[in-house]
Amino acid sequence: MALTIQFVPYAEIEDLGPARRVNKLLDLARQNKIVVLQGRLKKEEEADLIAITMEKINETFKGIELAVIQPQSRTETLFETVKSGVVNILLGDRAGLTIIGPATIVKQIKKDPDKIELFTKELGKRSKKKA
Amino acid sequence: MVINLVKQFISKVWKNIFRKKKHLKLGLYGPPNGGKTTLANRICKDWIGEEMGSVSPIAHETREIQIKEQITIKSKGKELLFNLVDTPGIATKIDYEEFMKAGMKEKDAKARAKEATKGVIDAIKWLDEMDAVVVVLDATLDPYSQVNITIIGNLQARKIPVLIVANKIDLKKAKIKKIQSAFPQYDVIGISAKYGTSVDQFYEGLFALVS
Repeated sequence: MALTIQFVPYAEIEDLGPARRVNKLLDLARQNKIVVLQGRLKKEEEADLIAITMEKINETFKGIELAVIQPQSRTETLFETVKSGVVNILLGDRAGLTIIGPATIVKQIKKDPDKIELFTKELGKRSKKKA
Repeated sequence: MVINLVKQFISKVWKNIFRKKKHLKLGLYGPPNGGKTTLANRICKDWIGEEMGSVSPIAHETREIQIKEQITIKSKGKELLFNLVDTPGIATKIDYEEFMKAGMKEKDAKARAKEATKGVIDAIKWLDEMDAVVVVLDATLDPYSQVNITIIGNLQARKIPVLIVANKIDLKKAKIKKIQSAFPQYDVIGISAKYGTSVDQFYEGLFALVS
């Protein structure tokens, strides 16, 4: 079985309302695609994503695996703090990556601050994606 | 203009009176099987002498919001009165086949999964109702799961005070420090809700949370 990874640029969801954003991403995951979104959803939208996922669970769609990588989560120096602040102001929610995979394919996404490990069910192997 | 100012003043005073009268809602949130209901039972047994809900090794045993009203706890001469809200575990996936692997019949497993999805939705809806929240995490598991981060991020966005409990410290694999380093901006208290280890420290943490 082929594994499809679909990249979604932030521009594709930027102008959508919260419900349409969440539904667009979830619809892709329900098509058995692993979604890699440029940027991240707002915290409230993440909660909405979980709630809407629950509404759509049935015998074939078992839910999602979700992971968000935020850039520069550990700021150590004043320069790095200022730099991440500027990046945040310029990029806003475009910074970072969000990965959404259907639970029938993605067994687990293990996340450390610096990397994501994605374990798939079908392949029984893992692929690593460094942030 | 003066009338508006008077109206605003009266409204503010009225709201303050109302706020003081209502009971504090203390929510227990977290992923499934972290020990929320075990902690709720511990609190209820300690202060009102009765349990709150059933616990099970199979995930999603709590599938409805449960409320125990007017619990008063005491510590160092202080009293804290609150309504305790035990919520279903928040998850991003629910698979009835996992329940079958745990020994349930297919019909029961499907019913449990359906109720569990509704429970997750209710738990998320109730976030706005909380005055303070205890996030209960299993200290033997990886704290960097997105569910944990989403729950805590949503509480932070709503400006709801949070205390993190690292539960199951009676188990060898428990790592409180890992939870502390994952959420350095919050107080983390390691307890065993099952055996009552460090619950006094937890109660002191509750006073600090709402003060």
